Amino acid sequence: MSELTSNPGLAHHFEDLEQQHESMTLGMWAFLITEVMFFGGLFTLYAIYRWQYPDAFSESSNKLSVLQGAGNTVVLIGSSLTMALSIWRAQHGDMRGTVRYLVATLLLGSVFLVVKGFEYSHKFHDHLVPGAHFDVSQFLMPETQAHGALFFSLYFAMTGMHALHMVIGMVALLILIKRVRRGRYSAENYSALELMGLYWHFVDIVWIFLFPLLYLIGRTWTPA
Amino acid sequence: MSSQQTASSAALGKADSVPQDSYISNEYGIKSWLLTLDHKRIAILYLISMTAFFFLGGAFAVAIRLELLTPHGDLMEAETYNKFFTQHGMVMVFFFLLPSIPAVFGNFLLPLMLGAKDLAFPRLNLLSWYIFMIGGILALYAIITGGVDTGWTFYTPYSSTYANSQVMVAGIALFITGFSSILTGLNFLVTIHRMRAPGLTWFRLPLFVWAHYATSVIMLLGTPVLAITILMLALERGFGMGFFDPKLGGDPILFQHLFWFYSHPAVYIMILPAMGVISEVISCFARKRVFGYHFIAFSSMAIAVLGFLVWGHHLFVSGQSAYAGMVFSFLSMVVAIPSAVKVFNWSATLFKGSISLQTPMLYCLGFIGLFTIGGLTGLFLATLSVDVHLHDTYFVVAHFHYVMVGGVVMAYMAAIHFWWPKITGRMYPEMAARFSAIVIFIGFNLTFFPQFLLGYLGMPRRYHVYPDEFQVLNVFSTAGASILGIGYLIPMVYFVWSLWWGKPASSNPWQAKGLEWTIASPPSPHNFEQIPVVTEEAYAYASDAQFVSAFDTDDQAKQSSHV
Repeated sequence: MSELTSNPGLAHHFEDLEQQHESMTLGMWAFLITEVMFFGGLFTLYAIYRWQYPDAFSESSNKLSVLQGAGNTVVLIGSSLTMALSIWRAQHGDMRGTVRYLVATLLLGSVFLVVKGFEYSHKFHDHLVPGAHFDVSQFLMPETQAHGALFFSLYFAMTGMHALHMVIGMVALLILIKRVRRGRYSAENYSALELMGLYWHFVDIVWIFLFPLLYLIGRTWTPA
Repeated sequence: MSSQQTASSAALGKADSVPQDSYISNEYGIKSWLLTLDHKRIAILYLISMTAFFFLGGAFAVAIRLELLTPHGDLMEAETYNKFFTQHGMVMVFFFLLPSIPAVFGNFLLPLMLGAKDLAFPRLNLLSWYIFMIGGILALYAIITGGVDTGWTFYTPYSSTYANSQVMVAGIALFITGFSSILTGLNFLVTIHRMRAPGLTWFRLPLFVWAHYATSVIMLLGTPVLAITILMLALERGFGMGFFDPKLGGDPILFQHLFWFYSHPAVYIMILPAMGVISEVISCFARKRVFGYHFIAFSSMAIAVLGFLVWGHHLFVSGQSAYAGMVFSFLSMVVAIPSAVKVFNWSATLFKGSISLQTPMLYCLGFIGLFTIGGLTGLFLATLSVDVHLHDTYFVVAHFHYVMVGGVVMAYMAAIHFWWPKITGRMYPEMAARFSAIVIFIGFNLTFFPQFLLGYLGMPRRYHVYPDEFQVLNVFSTAGASILGIGYLIPMVYFVWSLWWGKPASSNPWQAKGLEWTIASPPSPHNFEQIPVVTEEAYAYASDAQFVSAFDTDDQAKQSSHV
């Protein structure tokens, strides 16, 4: 007992590391459920408006770059892989390997955001950002232009929310890397890494849904 | 606020009868409160801040009732009136009723009832108070710098397009406050799952804990939906993204669907913890095991689940399809069943009990009566055809005030009297408390019962002028409100008084069952010296009458002198 309570990784109000680990993991799962409900609101709107205005949504979807979207999908799945590998190294007590994979995750996350930034700036140039300069008269009839605006509103709200979660995740990654380097975690006590992994995979999965919904469904496939 | 904290802690520290190592006296100074990770101190932080919000919301109510004293707009213009009822609703719902019992009593009691040293995530707990305060201060900023006039429901397109008030700031305030609720719910859920003492099986848990479990499920599933809805409202208002704007292809009714998907279950976030309080208090003062323990526990869970399926009854006259209306009408009837199960079980608990009418019990009995009226009038509104007549009238106002004030606030008052000795180590003055309980009961009914009649006669809500023939009932209502206001001020006075001059409380002044009564009043910082082992069911009250005399005030003095 005294051995356990003297463990620096154990908070005073827990009995043992197992209880602490289980509590933290359950807490993260519960948090992810709230995240599902949070994104759920946006997905609900998307589903309803896609069903109401399928043509305008397809036409607008054509304006998104599948290449960049698909590339980003690969990058993000890769980052989930490196995240999982970092936990695997931690389980074996290889903390330097853990740091290496965490840094890789961070870099892949940055690549995703840079590509996303380029996509956003193209949309600005093409007047596809809802607001005063919004202009879709090139490809939509006057009566359906508002529906195109809805598509792009949803596009920016959904991918923007997703990107915000990436940024939060990357800040958390930075803190985590610093802590791993300071020797806070070990093969017995790596709960924080697992929580990070759960969060990161969740953000990844959100994108896995966003990519087909926004870029692929109903698209007119023409040779690039 | 802060000076009150330090004053009370200093006063308690000085008293000889308070153990020197209680959670109040182990550390001093403003920092030891603002940076505390102790769930009991965080509960006190919530108690003080929410009491302030309660009286702020109450002040708006006073202004509303004064304006409605006469049929003409004597005190304020329509715009000002709109802001006052909006701010009354916003402050009361988001900054008092939603967090009230969970944040104060849930925070204080859950670890004690579970035999734990703290909640699972103490830092998160403190963070949730800070988030609550940031949201609260932003809301105050919105109120001071122009106010909000959309009604607490923020219906589009008025809120997104036409309102010229501080909708954006208020929206952000609610968005932020929501996260406080989410974190509290998360903390409770994990604590109840993982922090129970050895032997404390699910069906030995006090019903207060069951109620909070159900509440945290709603907090976790509902609040994020409100957050995203407000965010979309902000994007529409700020960036012209027309999610709910018909001119931009959006659907304003969709906002109402999303809003009520959270805000109807939010009603259960308020009432479920209140029901948990009632189960605790009623069994203690009836000296009887709660009748139908399992039914009460499962009815909490049933309310949490069914509560998510009834939101459409707010949209009966909004253009929702008639078939959807019928389904929502039916489901709203269904959710009344678990509520009724509770009321029947409490009543059955009283049967042949050794009832003593201490203040918490008075509030409890008040709760049962008023909640029943509030619940049954809810059925009128859940009935599709009747709602067409009653929708947006004072009948609705009276209905939800019977549930929110007659239910939640009554239970809150029961809780604060019941656990005050545990929280502060002092007894409140019993006679003054009984007196104020009766004043509140009379004031409440005089305020809100006439509103049922007004609504039935067709007086619409949210107007500052009304036809002359409604004046008599409105005068009754305003008179009741002033009595009610006095009723709420009396406890404020005697609770503060009792911090200095109240009789020291023994560890178990009510001779109640439950782990929180086995430790000192006030508890030590780590609650339990040794983690308790639970061997009996909750509410294992002996069925004979030997305890009744324990409530004589003389006996109480004797008990406390032993401490």
